[in-house]
Amino acid sequence: MSARTSRHPRPDARSRAGEGSRTAGPPGEPDTPGGPGPHPAASAAPARRVRRRGEGAWGWLFVSPAVLVLGLFLVLPTLMALWVSLLHWDGQSNPFSGQTEFAGLDNYRALLTQDGLDRTLFATSLRNTFYYVLLTVPLQTVLALSLALIVNQRLLRGRGALRTAFFFPAVTSSIAVSTIFLFLFQGSGAVNAVLSWIGVKGPNWFNDPRGVFSLLLGGLGIVDTGHPSGALAGHSVMGLSWFEWLSGPSVAMCTIILLAVWTTSGTFMLIFLAALQDIPRELEEAAAMEGVNRFQMLRYVILPALRPVLFLVLTLGLIATWQVFDQVYVMSQGAPGNTTLTPAFLSYSTAFDNGDFGQGAAIAFVLLVVILIMTTLQRLLLRERTARPRRNR
Amino acid sequence: MSASSTAARAQSRPVLKRFPPPLRILGYALVIGLGLLYVLPFAIQLATGFKTDPDAAAHPLGMIPVTPTTAAYQRLFGISQAGDGVPFLRWLGNTVFVATVVTAGRVLFASMAGYALARLRFPGRTLLFGFLLSVIAVPPVVLLIPRFLVLNTFGLFDTYAAMILPLLVDAAQIFIMKQFFESIPREVEEAARVDGAGVFRTYWSVVLPMARPALITVTILAFQGSWNEFTHYLVATQSSQYETLTTGLARMVSGGLGGGTQYPLKLAAALLSTLPVAVLFFSFQRHFVRGANAGSVKE
Repeated sequence: MSARTSRHPRPDARSRAGEGSRTAGPPGEPDTPGGPGPHPAASAAPARRVRRRGEGAWGWLFVSPAVLVLGLFLVLPTLMALWVSLLHWDGQSNPFSGQTEFAGLDNYRALLTQDGLDRTLFATSLRNTFYYVLLTVPLQTVLALSLALIVNQRLLRGRGALRTAFFFPAVTSSIAVSTIFLFLFQGSGAVNAVLSWIGVKGPNWFNDPRGVFSLLLGGLGIVDTGHPSGALAGHSVMGLSWFEWLSGPSVAMCTIILLAVWTTSGTFMLIFLAALQDIPRELEEAAAMEGVNRFQMLRYVILPALRPVLFLVLTLGLIATWQVFDQVYVMSQGAPGNTTLTPAFLSYSTAFDNGDFGQGAAIAFVLLVVILIMTTLQRLLLRERTARPRRNR
Repeated sequence: MSASSTAARAQSRPVLKRFPPPLRILGYALVIGLGLLYVLPFAIQLATGFKTDPDAAAHPLGMIPVTPTTAAYQRLFGISQAGDGVPFLRWLGNTVFVATVVTAGRVLFASMAGYALARLRFPGRTLLFGFLLSVIAVPPVVLLIPRFLVLNTFGLFDTYAAMILPLLVDAAQIFIMKQFFESIPREVEEAARVDGAGVFRTYWSVVLPMARPALITVTILAFQGSWNEFTHYLVATQSSQYETLTTGLARMVSGGLGGGTQYPLKLAAALLSTLPVAVLFFSFQRHFVRGANAGSVKE
């Protein structure tokens, strides 16, 4: 099983595999038109020939709405944006008239190599998102797997209700859910009220730009967070000092991370659950005969069987987390101190708030490249790790 | 050795033994705690909607309002004129209209394209399939500015057409339909053809009625998706007359409209905008589950 990605597998093989796993009943006839598959029974031949006439036209007629919409609002836009990312365009004139100033790679240079506010902001957004991904993806994966294992327990009462509860946040609108979290995490909100029960004075979540790693190090007395010194402050990458790179997600960003983990764990739980129920009973029964305990069952039977799904969930998580936008728009708009700024939001605000569409489009394309690199890298890493144990055995 | 007897056995006999009672109690406590983490935020939202502003600020956890009031809901429905008006009914109307049209379009076009990909032979079919696969992988956020460019160039920006047209087709839903059509036995169609039905007739009167489960799934997913859509509406429109529940609520919450905190009002608006999807979810859970898996697990 592999993720839905841009990789082009042979479509026919893929569609047939999908059919096999999805339908519980007897599968229909193999249908791979165009392939040199087995010929249908002789009696069906005349019908086939009749169908051939005009079928091509009908086929294109049936797919034309889809092709038209996707072409006009997906392919064409991407090409246009690629062009605009090479311009200095303010969103007013027609960018295709040739009167707009051509900037070449200036927009990309401002983001990646030139000193200045543009690069600092972009680097900050990358830093923020990096921590967001680093925390969200493992947390949501582990939580989703745990939820799936719980809900899959045959002896547990109320499994259905629990499944409903866990999945419901994933179905609701991100805007409505963000509104709830804004209320819960206010300075005098529900979360801090609960924290006060155990004697903890909660932070002012959305106004706290301090990085949690630097808070941790400061609390241990290792780094003076007010005045970082030496190499930490002296060296910088892309306009951000090492200290800024290493200070971790801000307290405000942590609320967005919690929100993401809370909402997405339900969807991924369902994916894990489907895979858990596909594990053959015989496998578990055989293991139980051998006298394995629960931990061994999980470690040696269930987890290996889940490996492809784990890969899928991690990839989907990586793709989704790099695009975080809605929550940032509603909860913080990048504040405080740009510590919740993400590339997606920066791209939007650069274009629509500052009227610099060329720059905004350039950010979007860099983001696209980052996402593609991340998923490729992750796939390569995981492929190696799945291949090695097999050789050892 | 039939499948049903294996299933019955699987139901009756668990593989591993029950936990010992103390562990079981601890486990249940843990599981109930987890469940509360997912349910409580919504409960707090519901309770806060009936509070006064000072009450909501003072007792953020209180499940029972000190002085219950429907002021927030009255303001949303324009019954009370206190404070600046929130054009909630306008948002609701826009959302209902756009979501309905988008859903109808998605179901029709997804079933047509899915049928063609599953059953009809036409030149370029394989190529088209590869194209759809790669289209699914385009990150939506990358399309924010591009979509605006096209809508602007065509003079559609800030119209209902701009909100609706780009959403009419969803590649993932084409796949769900295609998968389902492939599971329908070919003989059914062959029979219809022998009886003289044309391609469209076969699709419309024979295959489509058989595809009800898939149609329901796609309808639900399309409705939920377009009802909750945010980023597209944000970049496709500008005027307040086109605001939907998501864009209106987002603007209200992120500080553009009405000062102060006004959490009862905001949470009531959020609750009302969730309600239709919630009702749908609780009545068609099975289909949500199927859709969630069909949309992500492709093989």
